[in-house]
Amino acid sequence: MSALPVLLPVIPLIAGVLAVLVGLYRPAAAQAVATLGMAGALGVALTALAQVIDGAPLRHEVGGWPPPIGIEYVLDPLSGFLATIIAGIGLLAVLYPAKAGLGFVPKAGLPAYGLMCLLLTGLLGVVVSGDLFHLFVFLEIYAISTYALVALGGDRAIFASFRYLLLGTAGSGLYLLGVGFIYFTTGSLNMADVAGLLPAVADSPTIAAAAALITVGLGVKMALFPLHVWLPDAHTNAPPAIAALLAAVQVKAGAYAIIRINYGVFGPGLVADELPIAELLTWFGAAGILVGSVMAILQTDFKRLLAYSTVAQLGYIGVGIGLANPIALIGALLHILNHAVMKSGLFFIAGGIYSQTKIKEIPRMSGLGRKMPLLMSGFAIAAVSMVGLPPTAGFISKFYLVLGAIEGGRWPIAVIIVGSSLLTAVYFVRLIERIFTGKVTDPKLEDAHEPGPRILGPVMLLAVGLLVIFLANVWIVDAILAPVADALLAGR
Amino acid sequence: MVELFVDRYVYLFVLVLLSIGLYGMFAMRNLAKKLVGMTIFTTAIYLFFIEGSVKDGATAPIISPAVGVDAAGYVDPLPHLLILTAIVVGVGIVGVGLALLVRIYQAHGTLEENEVVARLSGSPRAGRRGHPLDEPAQATSAGEADGEAGA
Repeated sequence: MSALPVLLPVIPLIAGVLAVLVGLYRPAAAQAVATLGMAGALGVALTALAQVIDGAPLRHEVGGWPPPIGIEYVLDPLSGFLATIIAGIGLLAVLYPAKAGLGFVPKAGLPAYGLMCLLLTGLLGVVVSGDLFHLFVFLEIYAISTYALVALGGDRAIFASFRYLLLGTAGSGLYLLGVGFIYFTTGSLNMADVAGLLPAVADSPTIAAAAALITVGLGVKMALFPLHVWLPDAHTNAPPAIAALLAAVQVKAGAYAIIRINYGVFGPGLVADELPIAELLTWFGAAGILVGSVMAILQTDFKRLLAYSTVAQLGYIGVGIGLANPIALIGALLHILNHAVMKSGLFFIAGGIYSQTKIKEIPRMSGLGRKMPLLMSGFAIAAVSMVGLPPTAGFISKFYLVLGAIEGGRWPIAVIIVGSSLLTAVYFVRLIERIFTGKVTDPKLEDAHEPGPRILGPVMLLAVGLLVIFLANVWIVDAILAPVADALLAGR
Repeated sequence: MVELFVDRYVYLFVLVLLSIGLYGMFAMRNLAKKLVGMTIFTTAIYLFFIEGSVKDGATAPIISPAVGVDAAGYVDPLPHLLILTAIVVGVGIVGVGLALLVRIYQAHGTLEENEVVARLSGSPRAGRRGHPLDEPAQATSAGEADGEAGA
């Protein structure tokens, strides 16, 4: 029994409560408290990841009640991998200056940083929970904080947040219904226990219905096409630092839960061979790639372009999950990491541009490369990675996805993945060209200059991170992802 | 077959309530009615769990000398606990939803979805009304208005 799994969600939770209390008197100190909390969580996540890479999963029985009676927190390499991403991006998001990141400096009593900590508590809880109902509670913890945080972005954001609240609640309701089906069939809620009990009842239609309900419910959380309709408005209108958190890690918690429950609990034999769930994930993912990319090309608002490109990138992850072979699953997991790094970087850049120039429309960004060379070079690296060209991280995950599609004999999917890279290139190359070779046309850009180090720092770190991931991908795949993918798909 | 339906008629109610809830959430044009639909939808799920734990001839799960320690004599308490938790979560969500509705009404003076959409997509300033509770949003909307004024 190890305390590390339970510390992961508890540290941000305590930091969140402290940040709210401190924020009542010293609003500026709330950010420092949140930063400390997230740094602590990142430390725990890295320690735990180092321990589980070569060893057995870390388990924690809450209150000393052994599972399946008690609630169990399990931290295996997959959880550790996700937890490290979440805590890392979370740390950068709370470090990002409030004026650029939230659009305002929180006044006393406005618990923006407390809510961000609560959001990260929920996300970290989802990845370490070993209990189906407990996962629902963490899903709702992060969802409620998301609704409140999105609403910070003004009138449009409040309306977007309300629509997201309706859809998100319907999604978690369907998940809960599916969990009820499982509980009344097997009599257990512990994931490992249910996985052991399911084969005896696997041919019952109740279990098929449960798998369908849970996948649809989590599909809403993950914003997989066609359940993505809440995402573009919410991510466009949320403040930049919040949008970075949402696109980089919040939707990935849904993707993690789909992987964990479909392959870890139901098993690939049921989900991929007997039921068409994996097949549908693949095709809806592919449709999401195309729709998201085409919609992104049509946008003129920078953040809206990024939001639609998130829909497309989540499609890649859906395809990787649905193909249900180890190489494609490695591609999906690696894409979770890569997309987290590049999309949070891009939203941080959008926040930096807006805070310096008050510009958010793409046509007005012409010539920005001369005014902010450092910030825009970070943008260039992230954009190249979004397109999927070496030497950036985005190339590796798409490479694995294409290999996985070919290995599964799915040529149309491979063609879609490669073809949509061209679509992505259309909108990002157009942006790069306008920013670096265009002339300054907007009067607001005349005396624009580079943002401060607190904005440049995270952007540069993430841009360098993309190059480092490209170089380190063999290690990441061999040490963490390949064993994870093999273990999840072992029954196949 | 008929017996099956008579035995499980509560599940039919659950299904009906789920459908009414989904219809309210996605077909109603009024935002407050959508929230009511969401509440009906989640309540139907609570009902499903409570009905699932019903056991004929069993008693409340508090050990009594008359029943002894045989688990078959007691109702499974876990679904009740789960639903207590889910109700608390649901109250939080309805609370956030109502708070958002209040802000939408303050900004637009209506809860009709198409009117709100029209105001938001129309003139950028149409949707903005100064309000004492509007502090955080004002800070951003001032910035946005600034950006749009130069467009």
